[in-house]
Amino acid sequence: MSFVARNRLSGPLADPAGDAGYPPDHPERVGFFTDTSVCIGCKACEVACKEWNLLPEDGMDLTGMSYDNTGALGATTWRHVAFVEQESTVDLGMPGMGGDQVRWLMSSDVCKHCTHAACLDVCPTGALIRTEHGTVLVQDDVCNGCGYCVPACPYGVIDIRPDTGGAAKCTMCHDRLGAGLMPACATACPTESIQYGPLDELRERAALRVSELHEQGITDARLYGQDPADGVGGAGAFFLLLDEPEVYGLPPDPVVTTRDLPSMWRHAAGAALTAAAVIAGCFLGRKR
Amino acid sequence: MTAAESYYGRPVLKPPVWKVPDVPLYLYLGGLAGASSTMALLADLTGRDRLAGAGRLAAAVGATASVGALVHDLGRPTRFLNMLRVFKPTSPLSVGSWILAPFSALSGAAAASELTGRLPGAGRAAAAIAGAIAPAMTTYTAVLLADTAVPGWHAVYRELPFVFAGSAVSSAGAVGMLAAPEESAPARRMAIAGSVLELVAARRMHRGAGLVGEVYQQGRASAVLRAARTLTCLGLGAAVLAGRSRTARVASGLCLNAAAAATRYGIFEAGRASARDPRYTVMPQRTS
Ligand code: SF4
Ligand code: SF4
Repeated sequence: MSFVARNRLSGPLADPAGDAGYPPDHPERVGFFTDTSVCIGCKACEVACKEWNLLPEDGMDLTGMSYDNTGALGATTWRHVAFVEQESTVDLGMPGMGGDQVRWLMSSDVCKHCTHAACLDVCPTGALIRTEHGTVLVQDDVCNGCGYCVPACPYGVIDIRPDTGGAAKCTMCHDRLGAGLMPACATACPTESIQYGPLDELRERAALRVSELHEQGITDARLYGQDPADGVGGAGAFFLLLDEPEVYGLPPDPVVTTRDLPSMWRHAAGAALTAAAVIAGCFLGRKR
Repeated sequence: MTAAESYYGRPVLKPPVWKVPDVPLYLYLGGLAGASSTMALLADLTGRDRLAGAGRLAAAVGATASVGALVHDLGRPTRFLNMLRVFKPTSPLSVGSWILAPFSALSGAAAASELTGRLPGAGRAAAAIAGAIAPAMTTYTAVLLADTAVPGWHAVYRELPFVFAGSAVSSAGAVGMLAAPEESAPARRMAIAGSVLELVAARRMHRGAGLVGEVYQQGRASAVLRAARTLTCLGLGAAVLAGRSRTARVASGLCLNAAAAATRYGIFEAGRASARDPRYTVMPQRTS
C-alpha cells in the first residue's frame, strides 16, 4: 500500500484493518445493519448489551420522551433504542375517523465503527485502535480520560464514564467476535432488526430490503451510513430508516473532522509565522 | 427547524467534557507563554536585558501553569506523561503535548538560569530554542479546538489561529510593559499590533461562520466576548498613551491580559453552546 493511501484521512477505503497495518490474512470487516422497519422497541438489545458488557444501569426513570428511558448513547449505554412518537393529521377518507394519528418510529442506535473514525484519529494516547475485524475499540488500560474523542465524534457516541474516568462505547462485542460468536445485541434481537455479518454482505442485503420496501409503497425507506463515499468513508454500522436521520437524532451528513486537518495546520502555521513576524517587527526601530 | 426534525430537541453531539476554568486557562496561559518567549529572544538579541528577563519569566510561569491546568483537567500528572507515549500526527493534542513539553522544560531552564544567575550560556541557549518553538505555542490550541465536530469551533478553523495569535502577542506585550517599563517600547508596539490583529481576525471569524456564527452573538459567550472586546479596545487605547503615562501602561497591561483570558473563555463557551443545540449540527449539513 502506498504511503499516500495509508495516510488517507477521508474518502472511500476498502480495508481499514489492512490500512491500520494488519497482515493481509486478517479477518474480513464485519458490521451491523440495523433495519428499523422491523424494530418493535423491545429493548432486548439494550439489555443484552448491558448484561454482556457488565454496564451499570442509567436509572429507571422514564425521560418523558415516549418510552425512552436512556435518552441517548453514552458511556454506559452502547445500544440505545429511540422511540419517535410522531403525531400527524391523516385524512382516512372515512366519516368521523379523521384526526390525530400516531406513528412510532423505533430504532436501535449504536457506534458507527466509522471507516475514518474521528475518535480514533484525535486520540493522543493510542487508546483507540482499529481491530483486526475493522471495528473501533477503546483500550481501557491506555485511555487517560483526556476526553478529546468525545467532541470529535460526529455522531455524539463516545463519552467518558464517570465511574472509571475513561472513554467508553460499543466494542461490537470484541470478546465475542474472537470466540466466533455474534455480538450480544444481534443475538438477542427477536425480529432480526439488528443484523451482524461481513459488511459487504450486509450492504447487499440492505439494498435488497430497501427496494423491497419501495415496491411495497414505503417510499420513505432509505439507507443511512452505508455509502463508502460519505463523510466518514462509510459506517461499519448502518441503518435502514423510515424518516430523515435527524428525526432519530442522527446527523444528516456527518464528516470526519480530520478531513480538514491539513488545512487546519496550514492556517495555524500561517498564524504562528504572522505572530513571529509581528513580534519581530515590533523590535525594529527606536531602542528604549 | 421544527421539533420533529430532531430527536425531542436533544443534542446530536456530545458537548466537550473539558472543564472550566482549567481548559480556557490552559489556552490563555499557553499563548501568553509562547509570545513572551519569542519577545524574550528578540529582546536578548537586541540588548534589552530587563525585557528579556521579564519575557523568560513570563514564558516559564505561563508554560508551567498551562501544564498545571491541563493536568488538573486530566486529574493526575501521569496522565499528561501518558500523552507522550506516542506521537500521533492526526491528533492535535498529541502534537500539542510534544510542543508543550519541550517548550515548558526549556523555558523553565531559561528562567531558572535567569533567576539564579547560574549557567548563563546554557540559559541563553535554552531560551533561544524555546523562543523559536514559541510561535507554535500561540496557535496549536486553535487546531485543538477546531479539530472536533463542535460546529462553533470547526466552522472557524481558518480564522481561529489568527485570533489566538493576536491575543497571545498583545498579552505578552502587556506583560513586557508591566515588568520592564524602561525598555517597554517594543512591548508596547506588541500590545498595539497584537490587539489590532486579534480584533480584525475576530471580526472576520464572527462574520465568516454562517449560521453557526450565532453562537458567538448569543448568551454567555456573547457577553464574555463583548467584555473581551471592550477590554482589548481599552487596553489598546491605553497602550497608545502608555509612552508617557505610567497609569496608562499599568491599565493597558491589566486590560489586555484580562481580555486574552476572556477571549479564550468566550470561544470555549460558544463551542459548547453550539454542540448543545442540534440546529447547528443539522442545518449546515442539510444545506451543504
Ligand atoms: S461513531 Fe463516533 S465513536 Fe463510533 S467510530 Fe465513529 S467517531 Fe468513533
Ligand atoms: S479519552 Fe481516552 S480514548 Fe478518548 S481521546 Fe483521550 S485517551 Fe483517547
